[in-house]
Amino acid sequence: MKNNHNNGKAKKFGMVIDLDKCTGCGSCMVACMSENNVPFKADETDKRLSITWMLVYKLNNGKSHPDYDECYLPRPCMQCEGDHGHSPCVSVCPAVATDYSHETGIVSQIYTRCFGCRYCMAACPYHARYFNWWDPAWPADMEKYLSPNVSPRMRGIVEKCGFCFHRYQLAMDKAYYEGRDELEEGEYQTSCTQACPAGAIVFGDLNNPKHAVHKIALPDSKHGGRPKNPNAFRLLERLGTNPKVYYLSSRKWVRDSGDNYRPDEK
Amino acid sequence: MKIDRRSFLALSIGSTAGIHLTPLPWKLMDDMSIWTQNWPWTPVPQDGAASYVNSVCGLCTAGCGIRVRKIENRAVKIEGLPGHPVNDGRICSLGLSGLQLLYGGTRVKTPLKRIGERGAGQWQKISWKQVIDEISKKLSEQRKSGNPQTLGAICNSDRGTTSHLLNRFLTVYGSPNFLRTPSVQSSYEIATTIMNGSSGTVGFDLENSDYILSFGSGLLDGWVSPVRMIRAHSIWKDKKARVVQIEPRLSHTAAKADQWIAIKPGTNAALALGIAHVIIKEKLYDKNFVEKYGFGFEEWKDEKGQTHKGFKQSVLENYTPANVAEITGIDVAAIISVAKDFAKSAKPVALCGSGDGGAPVNLNEMMAVHALNALKGAINNKGGLQIVPNPDYILWPESEMDKTASKGIQTERVDGAGGKKYAQARSLLNRLPEVINASSESPLQTLLVYNANPIYTMADSVAVKEAFSKIPLIVSFSPYMDETASYSDYILPNHTYLERYEDSATPYGSVQQLISLARPVVDPLFNTKQTGDVIISLAKAMGGHIAKAFPWKNYRACLEKTLGDKWKTLAEHGYIVAKKDKAPDTASAKFDFAAQAVNTDSKNDAVAPADFKPADLDGDVTAFPLVLIPYDTMRLASGFVGTPPFVIKTVGDYILKENDSCVDINPQTAAKLGLTEGNKVILTTPKNKASVRVHLSEGILPGLIALPRGLGHSAYDKFLAGKGVNFNALYAPMTDPVSGLDMTWGVRAKISKA
Ligand code: SF4
Ligand code: SF4
Ligand code: SF4
Repeated sequence: MKNNHNNGKAKKFGMVIDLDKCTGCGSCMVACMSENNVPFKADETDKRLSITWMLVYKLNNGKSHPDYDECYLPRPCMQCEGDHGHSPCVSVCPAVATDYSHETGIVSQIYTRCFGCRYCMAACPYHARYFNWWDPAWPADMEKYLSPNVSPRMRGIVEKCGFCFHRYQLAMDKAYYEGRDELEEGEYQTSCTQACPAGAIVFGDLNNPKHAVHKIALPDSKHGGRPKNPNAFRLLERLGTNPKVYYLSSRKWVRDSGDNYRPDEK
Repeated sequence: MKIDRRSFLALSIGSTAGIHLTPLPWKLMDDMSIWTQNWPWTPVPQDGAASYVNSVCGLCTAGCGIRVRKIENRAVKIEGLPGHPVNDGRICSLGLSGLQLLYGGTRVKTPLKRIGERGAGQWQKISWKQVIDEISKKLSEQRKSGNPQTLGAICNSDRGTTSHLLNRFLTVYGSPNFLRTPSVQSSYEIATTIMNGSSGTVGFDLENSDYILSFGSGLLDGWVSPVRMIRAHSIWKDKKARVVQIEPRLSHTAAKADQWIAIKPGTNAALALGIAHVIIKEKLYDKNFVEKYGFGFEEWKDEKGQTHKGFKQSVLENYTPANVAEITGIDVAAIISVAKDFAKSAKPVALCGSGDGGAPVNLNEMMAVHALNALKGAINNKGGLQIVPNPDYILWPESEMDKTASKGIQTERVDGAGGKKYAQARSLLNRLPEVINASSESPLQTLLVYNANPIYTMADSVAVKEAFSKIPLIVSFSPYMDETASYSDYILPNHTYLERYEDSATPYGSVQQLISLARPVVDPLFNTKQTGDVIISLAKAMGGHIAKAFPWKNYRACLEKTLGDKWKTLAEHGYIVAKKDKAPDTASAKFDFAAQAVNTDSKNDAVAPADFKPADLDGDVTAFPLVLIPYDTMRLASGFVGTPPFVIKTVGDYILKENDSCVDINPQTAAKLGLTEGNKVILTTPKNKASVRVHLSEGILPGLIALPRGLGHSAYDKFLAGKGVNFNALYAPMTDPVSGLDMTWGVRAKISKA
């Protein structure tokens, strides 16, 4: 097969997040909120009710001082491919409000179709989906900063990270306008990738061996994209969700916290 | 019954059950989902032409470049400006949230005059013309009394044209009382004045360092230039530079460091001297640098011919690793190995100034740490501290002074900075409450507040409020209704940084000399005015030599004139990196290990770099068995800008839970006190008490409690006000006997069940 000549071939957009570099500053979270018209309310301290498409977790190694250690782990939607596009969330949606795109590898969320049954939330092993329990409100003049590229969501529907898909559309529009049907690596970058002060997030096409994400993670296509880089790992690898977000860490305990292991394992 | 979209859809699902086998209900569902989402209360943002405006962030002193995405005349997103020397396209969470401040509900929309009690929130709208008229009359009257020095101003910086205009106004009026908000930079300034004999400011060439020995500096927690520091951290990771973080709590900086040394708080100076001991003893110091530039390393004689012990001998005698281990709680082996690693690195640097650098450091510690840099020649060398000349592009003709002004300007500053006792200090805002509260009539009769929120940011909120209540006239220029604006008599709201032109000079900590230009991203939303324009108008209204000192038509004209041929480039490009046309400051190419400027026998408070004096904390040990320390996080702003809603949203529920601040406590300490995770407790210090929740953490030494800075606002809106506790309300400042700056690093405390 000679699919390398195939212009406009299927992409698999993905991320590599370097946990050695991530400082837990939270810029990625805010970059996401301000790009995607994410709502906010007076009390956001009940984290189950707080909408954060990108969420930075604080992990620790469970030890006592002086062996105690911490690590910060940003979690967007993993854009799981599952087995041939059978992402956990996509498989359960009765309204086809969420779908796996074979063209980009991105799991979409179509707000106008969602009617809020929240099956997908139950199915997602990464808590990447959020429910609008209230209508959003932008006090004072804040409606003015809303981006026309992302429609605001209302009460009763589910939302999540879609790798700033509108940025892909804008970049493709520009490319088509200029007579191209392929994007340069830097032309489509997510808002969090762009903002991260540490440069800890790298974004690109996992299918493209020239892209940094590919070169760093070295996804093994024969094994559901499992990384060949020994410092890279994916969250809950053993579930078979086949996520497109890879993490790097030089610390073993961090890599080990990516999955659940029985005490007697390994 | 109110039928909302959800119950409407749920109802329809029920009614369609039973005909599941046809695709119809799902189709209907889909249509209804679409239809209901067009219900009018979900906004549909208007589309239009997209454009970008390049500018500078104004939310802290780091001066990151920003580019703002606009749709027609709405600003919709702030991003970092690619290529900018400070942040190269990257940006922090506060900078990203700027539009919530611009469009948010805490703006002051028009000039206001207080009508009710101070702080009661009763205001009257007033026109710009009338407010300028009223204030200039009051100032003229005050001046006639012959005490022009009773006019004071508080400002976060002494750089840039607006600060200069304000300072110039004070000068021609006849007052020396321009007060700058203190920070770690104030301590660095004093240290370089004393030890390097230079008035320049310190730049940190950290991108080029290969061993970073940080005495609690929160390099990844907002220190000095937040985005630049995090970028530097990634560079260190790539080239395997080593970071050693010395502090009692596992901050983000400590968690990312190669080595975390949990030190007893308040003993940093001793550790620095212990490290110096090992380096000197093992002859690992940079002999060349020390011999060429150092003074007082060996025995020395003063002017009167009296002999003094050198730094070397003092350190060798008094700071053996065993002694230092005793003081700091760090074991001997660790002290020795850190000292050797530091000394054997090619480009090591030692830093101090804890947390985000918003607070000064005691002089003792500053000098001891600075001496470590000198021992390794890390001053004015690659990877070390660079003494950068102060920006000098604002060259206005000297202003004409009348008799009143000439007399007033000669009086001693109200805060004592530059006086006999605190000769090296440029400004000591921290001393103001104490000075005012000690006098029957406030030495300041009018106070102008620009880019500062002292009522929130200063130590001992009760004393600060008392002092401010004694000042008859307070004028705030804040664009937001912050604590100080709420407590003023007039608010003359500035445009926000996204609505105005303004230059920003070399940011503190920068090695490069940089000028950036902020420009209006959107037209002013409200009836606000650039403070520079207000000062010029006030001066003109006062007439005489004061008006003459401000020959510009308006602020914009002043800015263009001041920047001269740089204006064009700045207007096009947004920033200029000044060429290093100046030879390195030769005066700063020396290092006084003896700190003679402050270490003469005529002074009782003599302090040498080779001294460690344990600071006595406020409060009695038996009544207050624990020690409370503050900490900073990138997710809370603790300076003159309040944390916007997006950023508050990122704060963990182990920092803020509902409206309670959480304090970090080691599980051992908690167990002794019978406390478990989430307990509500009363935290008491000798100054104040507050209700907080317990968060158990292995990342803090036993016996300590840590409270995040940046919470406990009474002003702003429901997204910030009333959330948590302000650390500043819980402690009284400790004045450093030599520098005059606040050197508090903690306060005694106790915890009892609520
Ligand atoms: S912005 Fe970057 S450094 Fe900050 S938390 Fe996110 S990934 Fe980590
Ligand atoms: S992370 Fe969750 S929401 Fe995202 S694709 Fe996977 S299952 Fe779906
Ligand atoms: S670091 Fe300071 S200047 Fe830079 S974006 Fe953040 S708030 Fe603005």
